[in-house]
Amino acid sequence: MVAAAGVRLAKLSHQFRLRGAALPVLDTIDLAAAPGEFVALLGPSGCGKSTLLRLIAGLERPHAGRVLMSERSVEKPDPSRILVFQDPTLYPWRTVRQNVALGLETRGLIRTQGGRIDAILRLVGLDGFDNAFPHQLSGGMAQRAALARALVNEPSVLLMDEPLANLDSMTRLSMQAELMALWQRERFTAFLVTHDVEEALYLAERVVVLSRRPARIVAELAVDLPYPRHRGSERFVELRHCILEQLGLQVDW
Amino acid sequence: MPTGAIQATGEDVADSVRATRRPIWWCGGVAAVAWLAAAAVTNGWPDDGDLGPTGRLAGCMAVIGLLLLAMTLTSRYFALPRLFRTGPWLVALALLFGTWELVSAKLNLLPRPFFAAPQSLLEVYIDDWPRLIESVAHSLMLLVTGYAVGAVLGFISGVAIGWSRAVGYWMHPLLRFVGPLPATAWLPLAFFVLPSSWTAGVFLIALATGFPVTVLTWSGVASVNAAYYDVARTLGASQRFLILRVAIPAAMPSVFVGLFMGLGGSFAVLVVAEMVGVKAGLGWYLSWAQGWAAYSNMYAALIVMALMCSGLISVLFHLRDRLLNWQKGLLRW
Repeated sequence: MVAAAGVRLAKLSHQFRLRGAALPVLDTIDLAAAPGEFVALLGPSGCGKSTLLRLIAGLERPHAGRVLMSERSVEKPDPSRILVFQDPTLYPWRTVRQNVALGLETRGLIRTQGGRIDAILRLVGLDGFDNAFPHQLSGGMAQRAALARALVNEPSVLLMDEPLANLDSMTRLSMQAELMALWQRERFTAFLVTHDVEEALYLAERVVVLSRRPARIVAELAVDLPYPRHRGSERFVELRHCILEQLGLQVDW
Repeated sequence: MPTGAIQATGEDVADSVRATRRPIWWCGGVAAVAWLAAAAVTNGWPDDGDLGPTGRLAGCMAVIGLLLLAMTLTSRYFALPRLFRTGPWLVALALLFGTWELVSAKLNLLPRPFFAAPQSLLEVYIDDWPRLIESVAHSLMLLVTGYAVGAVLGFISGVAIGWSRAVGYWMHPLLRFVGPLPATAWLPLAFFVLPSSWTAGVFLIALATGFPVTVLTWSGVASVNAAYYDVARTLGASQRFLILRVAIPAAMPSVFVGLFMGLGGSFAVLVVAEMVGVKAGLGWYLSWAQGWAAYSNMYAALIVMALMCSGLISVLFHLRDRLLNWQKGLLRW
């Protein structure tokens, strides 16, 4: 259990410079997540969802507007907000254990809190793989190690940038259930970027639909379904239908 | 090694306890016969002229043959897998030495003194070993010093250029202008400017090593996956952590390519420096032997030099295997 923190995006806009020309990616995004809330961000590919997460993480500074955590402005990256990428991006020269230890090392906590690594490896089902190198892991295991590397720091906010997109569909389903369990146990505030509508509905309490670039919020849907959710339930299908429509997809089925 | 893997099972352990089921090392038997035959030819066929300690050479060959014979006969009980794998090479070496002995010492088909007989080389090792050892020591001292200086400076400047835009701005043109110049081109200047020929040698070897190490360290640091930095930064890493714990380990495979290239270059410069200015070492020994037309000494020194260089390359390979054991598909030396 961690001290979750609320996150608020206030009139957040961002643009890139491409050969001198401004390329707007985010257009006045207003969004608030309560402490411990699970928010999914859905949108067409290339719409700026990943940029949004990078701004919340503090890896980039917004062009206009502000990112606030517990009502304090986010200026730079901090281990209380951790970003999990689409690729596991484990360091190939470190073993699983050393990868997971990364955050504790940067913060000088490895001596005192190194014991947490074992607990977290057990939590994500990687006990026994401590000394494996990343190239020896399957895609699902590598992504689990990446999750462990984030969770060992007990982040208040976990930012996930399509963390399951590169996994095969079977692994993805079981990882979604594991992610659910982890969130229910640790109760961090979660932002999940995905373009899998089912994944968003299965995991999130609220689904935010973004437009094409520059991204604006098109719709917000509260997912009023108890956990664990059933993908076949009537309400689930209804919500999926509704979101696909918001995304501008032809829904004939 | 599939057989090694199977041996771990219970049944095979019981087998190895009985310890009688190993196959005979037939290849060793063939090698033993070949070495003994070479010894017999060397000893029995009179030399064409006085060439050196032919009897001792034959003795050495016979000892090798007898050792191989003994190992073949006991191979059912004592297996030496690493040695046994070299069986075909041991046969080939016996044939090579036998043929060399025949065409040089016995039949005199190769013009002397430019081609030396095996016993002449053996004579050099017996008579001149103190000087050879001393030369190796001098060469090693010079090489290791120069190489270490070049590698350390090259590594540091490579990291600096790869990391800092300002350092890159100033160093890059210098590197492009001076780097490609062969280190040997500095030779006259170095021996003239620097206080001793030894320091000049160190300088030249460091130069030859430093350039490839700098460039490849730089390229290694510059091509680190940007996401690795993002990961570390979201976990709260400092600038120092990003350099020491992310950029440098990620660049190490490339650094080692530079270290290997630098080592090759340093051998060349070492020999030239010792032939031209430094009054000691294997390079000096080679040119000294040439001055006396002592061709056997030259061959003997060349063999020693090959062993030294190959040994140093092996050391570097071992170091790499230890440091980069996380890489898959490493070339085995």
